[in-house]
This record gives sequence, C-alpha cells and structure tokens, in this order.
Amino acid sequence: MARYVVNRLAQAIMLLVIVSAIGFAILHLAPGGPLSQFAASAQMTQEDLDRVTKQLGLDRSLPIQYLDWFGRMLKGDWGKSYRDGEPVLSVISSHLGATLELMATATIIAVLLGCWIGILGALRRYSPFDMLATVGAMIALSIPTFWFGLVIIYVFSVTLGWLPSGNRQTIGDGSFLDLLHHLIAPALVLALVETAMWGRFMRSSMLEVINQDYIRTARAKGMSEWRILTVHALRNALLPMITVAGLQLPTLLGGALVAETVFTWPGMGRLFLDSIGYRDYPVVMGILMFSATMVLIGSLLADILYAVVDPRIRVG
Amino acid sequence: MTAATLSTVQLSPGQAAWRRFRRHRLALVGAVIILVLVLGSAFGPYLLPFDDTYIDIMKRFAPPLSGAHILGTDELGRDVLARLMMGGRVSLSIGIVAMVIAMVVGIAVGAFAGFYGGVVGAVLMRLVDAVLCFPTIFLLLVLAALIEPGFVTTTVLIAATAWMWVARVVEAQVRSLREREFAVAALAFGSSNLRIMFRELVPNAIAPIVVAATLNVAKAILLESYLSYLGYGIQPPAASWGNMLNNAQIYLTSAPWLAIAPGLAITLAVTSFNFLGDGLRDALDPRMNIP
Repeated sequence: MARYVVNRLAQAIMLLVIVSAIGFAILHLAPGGPLSQFAASAQMTQEDLDRVTKQLGLDRSLPIQYLDWFGRMLKGDWGKSYRDGEPVLSVISSHLGATLELMATATIIAVLLGCWIGILGALRRYSPFDMLATVGAMIALSIPTFWFGLVIIYVFSVTLGWLPSGNRQTIGDGSFLDLLHHLIAPALVLALVETAMWGRFMRSSMLEVINQDYIRTARAKGMSEWRILTVHALRNALLPMITVAGLQLPTLLGGALVAETVFTWPGMGRLFLDSIGYRDYPVVMGILMFSATMVLIGSLLADILYAVVDPRIRVG
Repeated sequence: MTAATLSTVQLSPGQAAWRRFRRHRLALVGAVIILVLVLGSAFGPYLLPFDDTYIDIMKRFAPPLSGAHILGTDELGRDVLARLMMGGRVSLSIGIVAMVIAMVVGIAVGAFAGFYGGVVGAVLMRLVDAVLCFPTIFLLLVLAALIEPGFVTTTVLIAATAWMWVARVVEAQVRSLREREFAVAALAFGSSNLRIMFRELVPNAIAPIVVAATLNVAKAILLESYLSYLGYGIQPPAASWGNMLNNAQIYLTSAPWLAIAPGLAITLAVTSFNFLGDGLRDALDPRMNIP
C-alpha cells in the first residue's frame, strides 16, 4: 500500500513539473511575453522596458527563469493582478467559494440522479427506461451547456418567472433561501452533463458486477434480490465510481466556467473570462495553473482512495 | 439451395459490419441528419434570396415565418436562415478539419509511444497526461486570447486540445499489436520501423481510430460553439453556430428565436456524430464496449 502511494505520488509530482512547464511556455508565448501589458502602454519608453525586463529577471536564460517561477509558485507567490495589484492567490481564493458551492451542488445532484438512473438501467437492461436513459444521456452530452442555460433562463425566468436569471443573490438580501433560489438554475445546468456521465459509468459498472459468479452464487443460496443488490452488487459496483469522481473534475471545472458565464455567477470561471478580457495575464495564468493542479490532486486522491477501499488495485 | 445452406454463407467482415451498423437505428438517423446538415450548409445559401451578412436595419427582429424570412432576422436585420447555413459551413468544417489534425497528431504520438515504449513512450504519454490535466475550455480560452482569432487559428487550437484522447487509444492498440505475429514477421522481413508502425500496426487499429475520429468531430463542433459563444472563436460578421448565440442572451426576452435555431443546429449535429460514433463502435468491433 505504502509503495503504491509513493509510486502514485512520484507520478503526480512529475506530472506537476510537466504541467508547470506547459504553463510557463504559454506565458512566454503571449505576444510581447510577460511584458505585453507594459509594452502596450504609451508612456513606456524602450529604456523603461529594458529596466523592467532586468528588474523582473526576464533577461536571464529561460531554464533559470522557469526554475525561479516554479519555485515562487511553490512558495505561494503567484504574482500580482495587473488590475488592482492584489496577489493572484488571494484574488482566486476570493472567487473560489462561489465556484465550489456550484460544483458541489451540481455533483450531489448528478451523483444521486446519475447513480439511480445507471443502477436501474443496468438492472432492467434494454427496457424502455434503459433505452430512454441511454438516448437521453447521449443528448445531454451533446447539448452545449451554455445553450441549455439559455433555454432554462428562457423557460424558468423569462416565461414562468420562477427563477432569477443570474447572480448569486439579490442585492440587499443574503438569506439562505435567496441564495438557494439563485443556485437552482446554474446548478441544474452544470449537473446535466455530469448526470449523464455518472449514469453511463454507473450502468456499465453495475452490468459488470451483476454478471459475476458470486452474484449467481448468492442467488443460488436463496438470498433475497434486495439483499443481493444492496450488499453484494452495489458495494462492488460503487467502488469504481471513486475514479469517475476524479476523472470528472476537468469537465466539472470547464462546465462551471460556462455556467458561471451564462448566469453571471461570481466564481472562478467568470473571473477567468473577465481577466482574459482585461489581459490580466497573471490572474489568467494563475487560474489555469490552479485548475490543472486541482485536477491533478483530484485524480491522485481518487486513485489513492480507490486503492484503500479496493485491495485488488494496489497490486496492479 | 435450401434455407439452411443459405444461412451459412460467409459474410465478409465489411458486410457483417454493415449489418450490425444497420441494426443501430439511431446511428443511421445520425448519418442522415449529418448528410442533410452538410448538404444544406453547402448548397442552401444558393437557394436563398438573402446574403448572410446583408444588413437591413429596417427589418430587424422579424419573427420567424413572418414574410420572406423563414427563421426571422437578427438584431441587424440579417436573415437567420442564411446565417445558419453559412455558420454551418464554418462550424462543420472546423469540426472536420480539427478532427483531421487531431487524428494526425494523435496517431503519430500514439504510434511512436506504443511502438517504442520505454523512455520515449513514457515521456510522450506523460505529456498526454499533463495536457489532459488542463480543463479543455480553460486551455482553449488562454491560447485563443493570446492569438489572433480566426478560422485557421480556431481550428488549430481545437485540434491542439483534442489530440490526447486519440493518442491514448492508438498507443494502447499499437502496444498490444506490435507483439503479434504479423508485426514480428514484418520485422523479420526487414521492414523499417516507420513502415511497420504506419503500414502494419496503425491500419490494424483502424476500428477504434474511426470511432475516435467520429466522436472527435462531435467534440470539435461543441468546442467551436463554446469558444465562439464566449467571443474568442469565429469573429463577426462571419457567422458560426457558436457566435450566432453570442448576442442571443441579451435579446432572449424579445427575440428568443435567435437562440433557438443555432442551439438546435449544434445539438443536432453533435448528437448525430455521437450516435454515429456509437453505431460504428458496435459495427466495427462488437467486443469493444467502452462507456
């Protein structure tokens, strides 16, 4: 077990190095490099630019710059926002809560609904319900999230007037019910794709398990179907879902960005788009690296957790 | 000849695959819809009396089926159907061209990694893993914001964020195929490594590659719509299904038809390609059943 964890950890660290190298390369790909913001301003003379270049250490060789940048990232110094001079990490963390709230709600909806659909579909394979769920999942995976958001806004906000069309709360009202009211639509929109994914994975995992010999044995022993389902099948079928949770993180983060844009939700995705608009590269790069690191840590944790609950994995 | 002997007639693999594909009704429907969308986008504009970029401010916000504009007009009085068709040309072309680029890169990386294995394979596949750590939309937006937007750049960027899955599929296939007799025989013949990779191994992995290609088109169309909707893809006045939705949210209350037509077109196209890919997977390799 310890060996598996150490192995997996080493892999993750290597990945982090490659990920950061890609991030660093993108930063230097920007027209004008990291200095583009200063270069765009008319008051800057070439002399000033040269001075800033020297100050920021941009005249050193790229590998040295990378090591320096990576070292500062590790220490938590992610640079300062061009917009207001705030440290990048504190800008991100002030928007992270809203995003996590959205992602957590959508995940809870998706896990409950998706697992239910997947289990039922597997138990009644090729039934009308299963067919409908399979086709529905395919369509859900094909609908552009932002367009689904627009449809929801049109139906539930414009036509019916049941839900607010955006923002996290009514100004001047921050009650729990008000927050919940604003959360429903974006969470549902984000949950759509997630539910489809969870449903599909759950269905195939369940199908795999219920065709195993030990299920037949349990049935032969005269065990009740309900007990077979809950004690024997479900426990084993749910295990691989831990990995799904890890795999889903990139989709979830991307979906959150889109949902936040449509519903003007003040989260990290919205901040990311705004920062791109302002050419606020430190924040843009910060969020890019932050989300990649989140994905990396997420899949690492999922793998380790899976190995903890399923001893078969540790050997492989 | 009796019925019993008839049923033992051997089908060629192609015929067998076609039979299995025909049974997948949704895939057939998908193929037909794709054909209609492609033909409609290619030839439709010639049948319409309106130009997709012609601005007629007096006739702005005409609802669908009112007068000559079948799908109505947008905020500048441009014909929505004409824009939908021209947008279809752009969106479908990006989907297909981006797929081709992603396939070329993915197959090359996957074939090299799978064939050589060892350090080369490990380095290439770790690169794949690393790029997959970035949520696609984030990576796409950063790159798009740094580069001048347009048809070519949008296509290349989408391909740049989509080749990794292909590489994974091809790597796994090539890695297992290279141990097989025909590959060893080719080696014994004195074939070059490149020849074995691309003339022996990759063609034998054609089934999963075709499936991956089809699903890749769906993904690329979807990514184009995201990018253009957010304003970093195809730039107006040129139309794409994504950028037609760009302003739709502002006019959602007064002119909801602006949002409906392009959104349905994207959903229809992406769903069709996904079903087609599903059907091809069942048809080409019944054993392969990845969710």
